[in-house]
Amino acid sequence: MVERQVMPLQDPKERAQNFNEVALGYTDEQALAEASRCIECKNPKCVEGCPVNIDIPGFIVSIKEGDFDRAIDTIKLTNTLPAVCGRVCPQEAQCELHCILAKKSDPVAIGRLERFCADHERKRGVTPPVRAESTGKKVAVIGAGPAGLTAAADLAKEGHDVTIFESLHDTGGVLTYGIPEFRLPKAIVQEEVEYIKQLGVEVKVDYVIGKIKTLDELRKEFDAVFLGTGAGLPRFMGIEGENLNGVYSANEFLTRVNLMKAYQFPAYDTPIKRGKKVIVVGGGNVAMDAARSALRLGADEVSIVYRRSEAELPARREEVENAKEEGIVFRLLSNPVRILEGENMTVNGVECIRMELGEPDESGRRSPVPVEGSEHVLDADIVIIAIGTSPNPMIFSGSTGLETNSRGTIIVDDSGKTSLDNVYAGGDVVTGAATVISAMGAAKIAAQAINEYLTD
Amino acid sequence: MSYKIIEKKELAPNVHQMKILALDVAKAAKAGQFIILRIDEASERIPLTIADFDATDGTITLIFQEMGKTTKKLAKLTASDEILDFVGPLGTPADVRELGTVILVGGGIGIAPIYPQAKAYRKAGNKVISVIGARNESFLIFEDEMRAASDELHVATDDGSKGHHGFVTDVVKNILDSGEKVDRVVVIGPPILMRVAAGMLEPYGVETLVSLNPIMIDGTGMCGGCRVSIGGETKFACVDGPEFDAHKVDFNLLMSRLALYKNEESECLDMHDHKCTCKGEK
Repeated sequence: MVERQVMPLQDPKERAQNFNEVALGYTDEQALAEASRCIECKNPKCVEGCPVNIDIPGFIVSIKEGDFDRAIDTIKLTNTLPAVCGRVCPQEAQCELHCILAKKSDPVAIGRLERFCADHERKRGVTPPVRAESTGKKVAVIGAGPAGLTAAADLAKEGHDVTIFESLHDTGGVLTYGIPEFRLPKAIVQEEVEYIKQLGVEVKVDYVIGKIKTLDELRKEFDAVFLGTGAGLPRFMGIEGENLNGVYSANEFLTRVNLMKAYQFPAYDTPIKRGKKVIVVGGGNVAMDAARSALRLGADEVSIVYRRSEAELPARREEVENAKEEGIVFRLLSNPVRILEGENMTVNGVECIRMELGEPDESGRRSPVPVEGSEHVLDADIVIIAIGTSPNPMIFSGSTGLETNSRGTIIVDDSGKTSLDNVYAGGDVVTGAATVISAMGAAKIAAQAINEYLTD
Repeated sequence: MSYKIIEKKELAPNVHQMKILALDVAKAAKAGQFIILRIDEASERIPLTIADFDATDGTITLIFQEMGKTTKKLAKLTASDEILDFVGPLGTPADVRELGTVILVGGGIGIAPIYPQAKAYRKAGNKVISVIGARNESFLIFEDEMRAASDELHVATDDGSKGHHGFVTDVVKNILDSGEKVDRVVVIGPPILMRVAAGMLEPYGVETLVSLNPIMIDGTGMCGGCRVSIGGETKFACVDGPEFDAHKVDFNLLMSRLALYKNEESECLDMHDHKCTCKGEK
């Protein structure tokens, strides 16, 4: 049997110096070879693993037949952001986990094939969609991130009149401000947004709901509202020295780099501190993105400090491997205790304590316990805190009756309906920080429920 | 999106007033709030406090001083030019209520954001005593507007070219020492002025508020770049503020964080000035 096709990557030494995309994508030959590995099993489980239910066997058969156009059309029936998903979805925990080949060897590289099809379409030129006939119903979508874009696209396809309200100056949400260029080129995000606009969706940027207009007001102006405001509020550790100059939230660091293009300073005006020794606290994808960005900004050494062991790293395996190849140092079972102060209130090192794994906690992972007397100081001039985010409460001002729980997330039923009649929500604002694709999956379910509500 | 500049004038050397058409922002704006703007694709996002707003003609008035690259770039724009992005109103509105007597202190460019507060406090039924000051007479802005918005107006200049020869804090101290019962003091100006005022006012036990303007990007609580320490607790100025209890603010932290990109700013400015020269030569 043909082996799983290896993704061509930029050379680690080279790519650590630039912000160009790391993964280069399959060639036509590789895509054909990889597609040929699909045994077209009678009872395919892969689709079950896909939050947006892509007809995976269907599009793979089209690739096998060399009909790449039909392959992308099949994907786009249920997924509006294939070029994004093909790049950032954790396929190993979704579709590919369920692939029958995974039992004995490597699963079919479904994600890479999805990306291949989307890239094929981009090269060829995207066919503009046919606009649906208007139902005359108006829907407001708050947030132009993965959830908002998906809900907007699905609702526009049903003929509803959709307006997206976005607080930043650009669309894409975390795809634009959070995920770096080298993992998800911004031009790709913008092209996918363009496609959604062609469906008839109106996008209002620079528009802060909760400030310009409240949810209460929107509910009167629109027939239904979808909240896809994400989890944009950075968490800090609450340790000494966290407000020193040189300590960034991962959100700020990545927003400066990605949204504001600080990596191109001074051609772009937004500055960023380029550290020599950078410490990133946390072990998720955001931590990897921040660490790899800091490296590309010219740091001599970038370390990930994470309180559990390698097995518990929440980041995708692939991203951890990429980071290691590029020379990111992993300081595992270690936790910052305080950030040391140097001249002019700047960072001058981080005091850490060694950790060991104890009993499993409520998440099922073994919880880290500090090893007494193991405090030690790591050199650092920049510290990036990447320990998670929570929903931004701004949307809640002027939202009478919208129920949230103690973690600040919105309470919804299985269809994505909130405690308010015509208000639905999905994505990180409901689940807390999770993946792009799970937000898109939730948005699809909510969009369907909104459509049923509007056409009832 | 883009937002049209309706009017622009130079109020003092390198201090400009700009009226911008932003209907949605103007309709929702309240005293004490700010906006964030981005001039063009390559520009930074910078926060500026709202100096005036008019819901009927849909305009927001800003006052800014040429300091770094962005404000210098902004100063080059004129009426009918457009600004690419203009977001607001951001921040929690000033806590304006009927209290009795309120002293409003504006230092330098800080006179601009104190102006809508003067109007709002007076409208709420307070006796408004305003104290405004600047380096010298030519830097004194909004004097007529502030006189019209206040029950009493005091002026101070560092060099004595107009009003009291000295600092606004001297004038405030005199008012308090004269036995006037004051229920609140609001101070807006350079951080050093706010720090000095907070220190001076502490022994009087009078409630003192300041409006902080740290570095920020999004202005919606997303980046955390604007964190300030209030009574030992970390707050985000963009959503928790910008108004805080002056006696609880860690001004040293505020000032050091404001100076974070000093080197980068001068590098950027050098390039900006250099570019301009080249253009001039062509």
